[in-house]
Amino acid sequence: MVKGNQSFIFNAGIFILSTSTVVGPFEGKGPLSGDFDIIHDDIWMNQDSFEKAEKIMLEEAALRTIEKAGIKKEEINLFISGDLLSQIISSNFAARTIGSPYIGIYSACSGSMESLLLAALIMEGNDIPYILTGTSSHNASAEKQFRYPTEYGSQKPPTAQWTVTGAGTCLLTKMFQGPKITSATIGKIVDMGVCDPFNMGSAMAPAAADTLYTHFQDLGITPDYYDIIATGDLGNVGHKICKDLLKDKGLEMPDNIFTDCGMLIYGDNQNVQAGGSGCACSAVVTFGHFLNRMNRKEIKRILVVATGALHSPLSYQQKESIPGIAHGVAIEM
Amino acid sequence: MDKIFWAFVIGGLICVIGQIMMDVFALTPAHTMSTLVVAGAILGGLGLYEPLIKFAGAGASVPISSFGNSLLKGAFTELEKDGPIGIFTGIFELTSSGVSSAIIFGFMASLIFKPKG
Amino acid sequence: MGKKLTPEQQNYKDFSKKREPKRPVFKNCIKAFVVGGLICVLGQIFQAIYIKHFGFTEKTAASPTSATLIIISVLLTGLGVYDKIAQWAGAGTAVPITGFANTMASAAIEHRSEGYVLGVGGNMFKISGPVIVFGVFSAFVISIIKVIFNFFGG
Repeated sequence: MVKGNQSFIFNAGIFILSTSTVVGPFEGKGPLSGDFDIIHDDIWMNQDSFEKAEKIMLEEAALRTIEKAGIKKEEINLFISGDLLSQIISSNFAARTIGSPYIGIYSACSGSMESLLLAALIMEGNDIPYILTGTSSHNASAEKQFRYPTEYGSQKPPTAQWTVTGAGTCLLTKMFQGPKITSATIGKIVDMGVCDPFNMGSAMAPAAADTLYTHFQDLGITPDYYDIIATGDLGNVGHKICKDLLKDKGLEMPDNIFTDCGMLIYGDNQNVQAGGSGCACSAVVTFGHFLNRMNRKEIKRILVVATGALHSPLSYQQKESIPGIAHGVAIEM
Repeated sequence: MDKIFWAFVIGGLICVIGQIMMDVFALTPAHTMSTLVVAGAILGGLGLYEPLIKFAGAGASVPISSFGNSLLKGAFTELEKDGPIGIFTGIFELTSSGVSSAIIFGFMASLIFKPKG
Repeated sequence: MGKKLTPEQQNYKDFSKKREPKRPVFKNCIKAFVVGGLICVLGQIFQAIYIKHFGFTEKTAASPTSATLIIISVLLTGLGVYDKIAQWAGAGTAVPITGFANTMASAAIEHRSEGYVLGVGGNMFKISGPVIVFGVFSAFVISIIKVIFNFFGG
């Protein structure tokens, strides 16, 4: 059911049957390592390119989610997935392995929530037993595509972020009781003229603020409705900007509720400048860490607003600014 | 050792110029290095870079600005010998060892090493 | 950075700048000075060794000196150490000829997964290309200026 300008409320009872998270070694050394299903020893994962390694992670996460649900991959009715690479090749190849009908999406680092809300929308009005969603990112493949070769000696500024190496997948069904997708807000592009690909937090913060504000307006609720409100990967720079932008609009985000996946995934001893980023950031933190906490009854209602920077390596060279977007999904026990 | 001191100071200062270009003027490393190379060529053309090398030794010949100076010096030398065609034949004369080494050893590195991420 | 900002965007730029950690320019300059200076000193020492022990002259010692620094830089790049040093040293490692070698080696190593011809060969000059293009072209322009200057009896 449409609510307000950009939001939907789901009444059909859409539940998260299972999830799975796969990460690289660096994430495995972080504070949330206990929440991930598979932690790889190195970023190559026995493949001969970083791109192939990313594909492997997404495949592993998808197959593990299916296994946890106690079903066969032939029973998956629809797979919706996206990633950071050109032509979303990691998702395409993972879809090849899964073999189900497939919708590929691209919304940069907001892919986790975009795929989730699309799945919920499709499932709401239709009789589709199982929809699998997923996303992945790999630090080295992202650096190679968007910035510089990984061994190149460029000095990253303090606003830079570290792309998470990982993959997170989620299986939705109506035939279950558990964490429920209750509402979603589809974001609009917000472009505030930021041109620096080493300062994505600042580029995406306005979009996050816009989607958050719209969500609360559309649903007629206040932030304290939720136990946790997490942006995807604004990092500590973007997160602060977002908080202040919302404050200016009259929306106070309490510190004990408002957090960011990019700030949670790495520890203080891991030098990642402003924090984590990448599609996998919001995916592994949500599908691993937050859902584990929900299953342990520590929290009941979360809102995850994944944020994406929708530029390309070419647009940056053509002096275009970075358009941002943010998609929000609410999950409640 | 006098030479070592000035190599340190002048080399360090040229790097500081590069750092300021990157931090204050927000230029990319490629833009910064290109600017320094062109500056080296211009200073070479004005006859100012050679005296700097005489004074500071490696402090002036190791930074990338020296690459611009060498390109120009090669062009000028052949220009004097053979006329304008010398510009084309002389440009890589002095920089050949640097460029060749970088290509050869860079390629060899790709045979031996894998990126560590 | 080439686009004109609307008033709203300019407001946002000022708003966000206040909340962004500033690049530690002074600290970075000190680090660049020290590391850049040390690399040049290393070059000076190599040059002295080549002159004293290998029979090179001041003029001819430049080639083996730069080749030595390039080899060291390529090795450190391949071992995955160069980028860590560079994060600390900034322009201190980028500006000396070591930076040039690092751009070539890192691009070559990175793109091996796409094969030696299209990957390594096709991408090696990705970052160093501008340096060579602009170096050569500026040398050309300055030489032409000299020709014109000479022609008019300068």
